[in-house]
Amino acid sequence: MVKVRVPAQLRTLTGGSGEVSVEGSTVGEALKALDAAHAGFADRIFDEAGGLRRFVNVFLDDEDVRFLDGLATPIAAGQTLSIVPAVAGG
Amino acid sequence: MDFVSGLRCRECGRTYPAEALHVCDYCFGPLEVTYDYQRVAATMSRERIEAGPRTIWRYADLLPVSDAAPVDLGAGFTPLVRADRLAAELGLGELWIKDDTANPTGSFKDRVVSVALTKARQLGFKIAACASTGNLANSVAAHAARAGMESVVLIPHDLETAKVTMTSVYGGRVFAVEGSYDDVNRLCAELASEQPTWAFVNVNVRTYYAEGSKTLAFGVAEQLGWRTPDHVVVPIGSGSQLTKVAKGFAELWQVGLLDEEPSVRISGAQAEGCSPVATAFAEGTDAIRPVKPATIAKSLAIGNPADGWYALDAIRKSGGSCASVTDAEVIEGILLLARTEGIFAETAGGVTIATLAKLAGEGVIRPDERVVAMVTGHGLKTVEALSGTVGPTATIAPTLDAFAAAMGAEYELTDEPAPRSA
Repeated sequence: MVKVRVPAQLRTLTGGSGEVSVEGSTVGEALKALDAAHAGFADRIFDEAGGLRRFVNVFLDDEDVRFLDGLATPIAAGQTLSIVPAVAGG
Repeated sequence: MDFVSGLRCRECGRTYPAEALHVCDYCFGPLEVTYDYQRVAATMSRERIEAGPRTIWRYADLLPVSDAAPVDLGAGFTPLVRADRLAAELGLGELWIKDDTANPTGSFKDRVVSVALTKARQLGFKIAACASTGNLANSVAAHAARAGMESVVLIPHDLETAKVTMTSVYGGRVFAVEGSYDDVNRLCAELASEQPTWAFVNVNVRTYYAEGSKTLAFGVAEQLGWRTPDHVVVPIGSGSQLTKVAKGFAELWQVGLLDEEPSVRISGAQAEGCSPVATAFAEGTDAIRPVKPATIAKSLAIGNPADGWYALDAIRKSGGSCASVTDAEVIEGILLLARTEGIFAETAGGVTIATLAKLAGEGVIRPDERVVAMVTGHGLKTVEALSGTVGPTATIAPTLDAFAAAMGAEYELTDEPAPRSA
C-alpha cells in the first residue's frame, strides 16, 4: 500500500480526507488506483495526453517525480506520494 | 470600493468569487483577478492618481482591495533614476533605474505584501504566513507587525544573515527549513491545505498578492510623464513580477491613462545557476524544466517557477529576450551599478544589471530605446556576496604620514585653496 497526501482542492473526491492509501508499484499505477477508488482524480490531475497537468506537482517522499522517472517512477514500500498544487511561491 | 469582478482561471477560464483562492479547483491553473475596466476607466484619472498618497495606494483603483487605511509602511512610488553614467558604460541612450531598494524593508516585496495583507485582513485572516527566499520574509514580518497580525515565516536554512535578522526582529515566528526554497515552498503549499485559517501570502492569497507588482509598471509610466518605456529588464524568480509588469502597462492603456498604446519589450534576467526560464527561451520550447538552484542570487533561486510559463509567454509576445548571467557577472553588475549611479543593489539587482549589460552588448537592447531596469532589492541584504571583493583601501594609523604612505606616490600636498562657489 502507498499513502497518498491529497490537497484541499481534491478532498471533495475523498470525502474530506487529506490522506488515503492505494495499491501501485509505480507513481502512474498508484494515481490510477486512486482514481478507481475515488472517481474523478484522473480528470483533475491528468491532461488529454495522459501526462500530469502543468500545474500539478507530484512528490514521492521529498522529490518531485519530474526529477525522477515521472509516472514510471517505481514506488518502494513505505513511501508517500503527495499531490501539491504547483502555483505557489515567488 | 474596489472594481474587482471576480477571479478567473488562466488555464480553463472557470470563474470564482473574490475569496481566498489561488488555484482553480478543477485544473489547478492559477487564478487571475478580473476587473470591471469600464468602471475603473470612468473613475481613474491622472489627476486622481497624482492627488493620491505617495505609495502604491495611489493606484488603488487597479488593485484588488480597497481600504481607507490599508496595511501600509509606505511601499511604492520609489525613485526612477536617470542613469546616464551607466548608459554611457553600456553604450545605451536613455536608461533609467527603477530603484526599489528604497522600499520600507528594502525590496519590491513591500508592494505585494501591502496588497496581500490588506486583502487578508478584509477576508478576516488573523495570521500571515509565507514561504520566502528572504525579501518576502522581511516584508511579511514587518507588515504583519504593523497590522497587529501574527506571522509565521518559512525560509531556507542557508539564507544571508541580514535577511534572517530583518525577519526575526519583528517578533513573529520564523522557521529555517533544512532544504531549498522549492522544498520550503512545497511545505507551505501543503500547510495551506491543513491551515486554511492562515493567510499564506504567496499561496492561498497569492492571486491578490501578485497584483501588487503591477504598481512597478504604473509607477514607471507615471514617472516618465505617462509614457511607457520601449524596453524593460525584469529579474525572474517565480516569474510573477515580470508577468504583472506586462499586465500593468496593458491596464494603463485599457483604462485610458496613456496617450499612446504601449509597445514595451520585456526582457527577463536570471542567474545561470537557476535559469529554467532563460533555458526554455534559448531552446525555443514551452516547457519549463525544473532545476536545482546553485547561485549567489538566492532571492531568485526558485528552481520550479510557478509563473515561469507565463513569464516566457509575456517575453515572447513583447518581442523581448531572456538571458542568464554567471555569479561572477552578478558581482560585476552590483559593482557597476554602485560605481556609476550610487545605487547598492542586492544580488538580484546584480542579475538585472549584468543581464542589461549582456543584452546591450549583444545589440538586443538598443541605444535608440528608452530602457528601464528594475532593481528590486537593497545591497545590505546580501553583503556576504561581496566579502573579499570590496573593503577598505588600506588600514592605517591616524597620522598624516600614514595617510600619505597609503595614498602612494601620486599623493602630493598642495598650496591651492579649497574650491568655493561663485
